[in-house]
Amino acid sequence: MSRTLKFRILQFSTLLMLLALVFSATGCKKKTPPPPPPPVQQAPPPPPPSKPTINSFTAEPTSIEQGQSSTLRWSVSNATDITIDQGVGAVQSEGTRAVQPNATTTYTLAVRGPGGTDSRSVTVEVTTPPPPPPPPPAENKRSAIEMINQDVKDIYFDYNKNDIRGDAQATLQTDADVLKKVFADDPNIAVLIEGNCDERGSAEYNLALGDRRAQSAKDYLVQLGVAADRLKTVSYGKEKPVCTEATEDCYQRNRHDHFAPAQK
Amino acid sequence: MKRLIVLFSLVALGASLSLVLRAQQPDVIGDITKKGGKANIAIPDFRGSGQAQAFMSAFNSTLSSEIENSGLLRLVPKSLMPLRIPQQPTDFKQPPVPGQRGNGQYIGDWSGPPTNTTYLAFGYTAAQNNQLVLYGWLYNVQLPDASQAQLFGKVYTGTLDEDGARKVAREFAADILKQFGAASLIGTKVYYVSDRTGHKEIWSMDYDGSNQKAFTHYGSISTFPCVSPAADKVAFTSYVSGRPDIVLFSTLSGRKLPYYNQHASMNAASDFTPDGQRLLIYSTANGGYSQIYSTGIDGRDLKRLTFGNYISVEPKVNPKTGRDIVFVSDRSGQPQIYTMSLDGAGEVTRLTSGEGEAVNPSWAPDGQHIAFAWTRGFEPGNYNIFVMDVASRTLTQLTYGAGRNENPSWAPDGVHLVYSSKQGRTLQIWTMLADGTGKRQLTTSGNNEKPVWSKASQ
Repeated sequence: MSRTLKFRILQFSTLLMLLALVFSATGCKKKTPPPPPPPVQQAPPPPPPSKPTINSFTAEPTSIEQGQSSTLRWSVSNATDITIDQGVGAVQSEGTRAVQPNATTTYTLAVRGPGGTDSRSVTVEVTTPPPPPPPPPAENKRSAIEMINQDVKDIYFDYNKNDIRGDAQATLQTDADVLKKVFADDPNIAVLIEGNCDERGSAEYNLALGDRRAQSAKDYLVQLGVAADRLKTVSYGKEKPVCTEATEDCYQRNRHDHFAPAQK
Repeated sequence: MKRLIVLFSLVALGASLSLVLRAQQPDVIGDITKKGGKANIAIPDFRGSGQAQAFMSAFNSTLSSEIENSGLLRLVPKSLMPLRIPQQPTDFKQPPVPGQRGNGQYIGDWSGPPTNTTYLAFGYTAAQNNQLVLYGWLYNVQLPDASQAQLFGKVYTGTLDEDGARKVAREFAADILKQFGAASLIGTKVYYVSDRTGHKEIWSMDYDGSNQKAFTHYGSISTFPCVSPAADKVAFTSYVSGRPDIVLFSTLSGRKLPYYNQHASMNAASDFTPDGQRLLIYSTANGGYSQIYSTGIDGRDLKRLTFGNYISVEPKVNPKTGRDIVFVSDRSGQPQIYTMSLDGAGEVTRLTSGEGEAVNPSWAPDGQHIAFAWTRGFEPGNYNIFVMDVASRTLTQLTYGAGRNENPSWAPDGVHLVYSSKQGRTLQIWTMLADGTGKRQLTTSGNNEKPVWSKASQ
């Protein structure tokens, strides 16, 4: 107990001393300020070092196709540190370098020297060749016009008749299947049924007969389920023969209905 | 005198009718023609004074061919004529003794052997006021006295060149033929179809084949021309719209006239009614088979004439009565010629026998005969031209043999026909007399077909 008391007295006395010290210091500042230090006497400064200069920095040619190369050419003065980016790296103050960028690239020449820094850029434009055309459509992607021209077969008639013969019935069955598919795929296509005759009958009678031949085929196709509004008819009588020989073979070839693509 | 002229005119008329009616023997006309035959006419070469002489070759050949092609008269060969050719009436002298023979200065020199002519055409030409002037006379030299022999004498003028010479020759020939009941063909035209440009277009030419001109320039298929009775309109059928439709033109202005086409897969023009007010057509306006209709001249007022599931085409109206039509139909099998009334009443009657194919009927101006094309006796496609007296169904065949002879069309004179014939590789247009003689080819370039003979337009 007595030791604690002693310590407290000691503490107190220390505090007093500190206070006295503080008071005495405050009294000093209030005296006259000291003079400033004398200026430092310096030697005249040396001339500044020259700024680095890029005399030229070019790419030749500036436009290449992919796979070709371009030549960078540069000339620099007063530089100690010369670099070109894009993986070229440090270079001499004059030089050339072939580059082969895959895409349009901007090359920056950066120089540093005692006198400062500088930089300049050139761009090598890389053009891409046009892409190859798409592969040809697959065989089953023919146009409606091609399908009518290639798959819808003519039908043939007997002399001065417009009845659908047995062979023509089979042909029309196939034709109907093609037409139904074509019409389903393409809403804008129609078929013009062209009735024709051989050269022996009179032109006037054949005009009416060709009309019947076209109409007979239309009626038959409609019975087989082909849309009537997609089937147009015209008679060419004997005005558009496919051959002109006076033979039964040629006569038969001219006694026919032809199916031509048409606008709906 | 007048009575004699009438008598001779009757004989000549009989001769002309016999051309058409030859198959109808025996009858009175046939008996006359069997005895007499065609009358003889002597046409010696005419001469021209001064400048006119240069064109007399064209004149003489035109005059002879016009008379010969009429079929009404027989030309006396020049080798059988006397040496002294009269050039004007005063050249004829009275023989000192009746019946005495001279060198051509007596009328008996012409009527007697070897010349033996009934008629004599003579005259001369001269250049007057820069024109070609023809002085022409026709004599009946069978009369005993030259002073009474003159049938007519007339003055004609034309330009002082070959065209002018042909013109006065045609006019003189027409006046001669008029004496024998023949209508003149001067100014008449033939409309036809030619593909010489690479497309079938409608063309026209003068009746003798001159002056061939394209009438349409569609570059499509244009065919089946028909001409109005006044020759002021031409209707035809063209694919210019994509399908066969009727097109109507004025021949006077050369312009298209409005014509309403039926909404049909085909409309084809065939004939005008005699009053020129309506058109006979064949059309699928009903949606089925081609049928016969008539329409107004503008295509409105459609009237249907035929029915049934048969093809009916090529209606032609009787030009005399305007009441009945002939047309082609396959109602009995192969195409045949039928008749019915234009008002649609009454029944349809077949005129042809049913044998082969009978097509292309064409009425004669008399309204009693039709010409048509028939395959009788031949394979299909080998047509010959026939004439039928519709009342009696009597037939006369005008062309013979293989090849195609089609689309006969009567001249306004009722004595000539124009038709198309394929004798080699091409179709060409020919004319002939209604007895099948005097065939002449009018076209040579390309294929030429569907002729129709029109009157002279006013």
